[in-house]
Amino acid sequence: MKTMFFTQAADDALAQAMADDPRIVVFGEDIPLVRRDLLVRFGPKRVRGTPISESAFLGAGVAAAMAGLRPVVEMYMVDFFGVCVDALLNHAAKTEAFSGGKWTVPMVVRAPCGGGYGDGGQHEQSLWGWLAHIPGLTVVVPSTPADAGGLMLASLRHDGPVILLEHKLLSESWLEFLGSGARKTVSFDIPAAGAKGEVPAKWEPLPLGEAVLRREGRDILIVSVGVSVHRALDAAGILEAEGISAGVLDLRTVSPLDKKALCKAVEQTGRLLVVDEDYESFGLSGELSAVVLEAGLSCKYARVCTQTTIPYNRDLEDQILPNVHRICASARLLMK
Amino acid sequence: MSPDLWSLYALMLKSRLFEEATARLWHEGLISGEMHLGTGEEAIIAGVVSHLKDGDAMALDHRGTAAMLMRGVEPVPLLREFLGYKDGLCGGMGGHMHLFSKEHLAASSGIVGAEGPAAAGFALAAQYSRPGSIAVAFFGDGAMNQGMLLESMNLAAVWKLPVLFVCKDDGWGITTKSEVSTGGDLNERARGLGVPAVDVDGCDVSNVWEISHAAIERVRSGERPIFLHARCVHFEGHFLGFQPIRIVREPLKEMPKVAIGLTKSILRLDGAAISERIAGLKNVMSSVISTLRDPRRDPANDPLPHTRATLHSDQVRLKELEDHLEKDINNVLTTVLGEMPS
Repeated sequence: MKTMFFTQAADDALAQAMADDPRIVVFGEDIPLVRRDLLVRFGPKRVRGTPISESAFLGAGVAAAMAGLRPVVEMYMVDFFGVCVDALLNHAAKTEAFSGGKWTVPMVVRAPCGGGYGDGGQHEQSLWGWLAHIPGLTVVVPSTPADAGGLMLASLRHDGPVILLEHKLLSESWLEFLGSGARKTVSFDIPAAGAKGEVPAKWEPLPLGEAVLRREGRDILIVSVGVSVHRALDAAGILEAEGISAGVLDLRTVSPLDKKALCKAVEQTGRLLVVDEDYESFGLSGELSAVVLEAGLSCKYARVCTQTTIPYNRDLEDQILPNVHRICASARLLMK
Repeated sequence: MSPDLWSLYALMLKSRLFEEATARLWHEGLISGEMHLGTGEEAIIAGVVSHLKDGDAMALDHRGTAAMLMRGVEPVPLLREFLGYKDGLCGGMGGHMHLFSKEHLAASSGIVGAEGPAAAGFALAAQYSRPGSIAVAFFGDGAMNQGMLLESMNLAAVWKLPVLFVCKDDGWGITTKSEVSTGGDLNERARGLGVPAVDVDGCDVSNVWEISHAAIERVRSGERPIFLHARCVHFEGHFLGFQPIRIVREPLKEMPKVAIGLTKSILRLDGAAISERIAGLKNVMSSVISTLRDPRRDPANDPLPHTRATLHSDQVRLKELEDHLEKDINNVLTTVLGEMPS
């Protein structure tokens, strides 16, 4: 088996798809630098930089997709959707419905997300719950290199708009660009298994909307996405030593949600702990409880999420983002 | 009126020394994440900010340190904010990209172009509550491609808002040359929105001061907003650790990291025709080549020596001033690093 870094895997799957499908074009700010390997392999007609004009180029991506291209539009960060959310909310997400199902928007929007490297509350948000709230958008949050590649390929083949969020703590290139600036004097709590891992020899698409059980557990089910999956796995290791058996379900896509896998796993443990780096209120963590209730399941429930604007101070930031300590504390309470 | 070059030089040098100290702390790992320095744009900031009065507002970008300092924000809490300390300017919550000082009516944003709407809003409030006060927006030329900034210019024009829009044009948007991302002419763009545009030499503080003086008088009178277009350089590029500058400064260390991927991309079987690949390679290398030839590397574009030269005749006073400021910033550093937050 070969191994790859997280973003290397996503790019490799994208390159494989680009070699097969000439309709795929890639654009976004600073792309000639950020995706330089793709630019050199596929040429400047298919890989290009944009002005700092998110409303224009994301909106253009929507219509280009409607007119036959398969654009991959890159946002510098998920936070910057704030500038151009109209293209997603009122256009990408609506076209299929408005056209009576006759016209789709096969666009992939790639955006780095997440915190843990000290960039402050305007550059470290997760926002997948906010995006998944909109019907018509698929929201993908991979947690390993193998998933980054497999879900990238699936996203490229999907006929509707997909937002693929790459956590910056997992992304070797984004973390260097935005976090360390190639300094050796800073370090980050990078989940090793998420940043680098085994990948298949040839990429095959992974199904969108299919969760994966990363760890079996009898007492508690921890459900998560992205970096928090790794925090949950670390916590499960600690809890095991205390006699608490915690399973970890990695949703992999926030929308569509794998309700079946969720309910099945909750049924087996009777305790649901959601670990979500996104904001706590009105988001994924509450949605999961609703899904379980609607299925008629009764379970004990707790959540570890981000409750406030992410502080710039590194210590405060580490406390506010879901961490192993908070996950273990919540799990212990659930066992009482 | 003519500018007091001594006080303008003092403002610029203090800011330069402060930001150089900031850079050292960043390299030592005491400051996390990104760090956008304003070294190179001091003449623009000093030439504009020195005209501001109580009640005037500032809408700043992610590069707001110099403007905050020159407006009178205390250096110790400012630097302690960069370190994320609880007694920093914003309680360690914002960091250098999100600096706020309510008493100075100064607010920053890490969202490119957001200074436009903010300045328009500050100016609107001034129209109602503080007639004669103005708002200044500082932004880079990259922001001129952001819709909200252009919309704000139009809004300011039709509402006759007292805004001075200051474009600090270094010819780059992050790692992209403006010539490949910006169509037309920025001054014409502003004029097309009903905002008169005027050019200033961003390396020449007395030029900035004089033109700002007249522009701010007009803005203050409530006549209309004005667009000030100042060219400058950023010595450290977009932020510290900026990749194109790293490659130029340490080619032997940085080039192999880049070259391996590029070589593989040229040699891979599937992909574009070789002519397209070469075009791609040229595209990638152009940002590095531009950096090599960049005016950023030319000391003639540093506004500080430029101003210093005009003060040469009084060597004693100059030395006194420089020694004083250096001592001042050293004291700031000692204080900042000496006391851990409670």
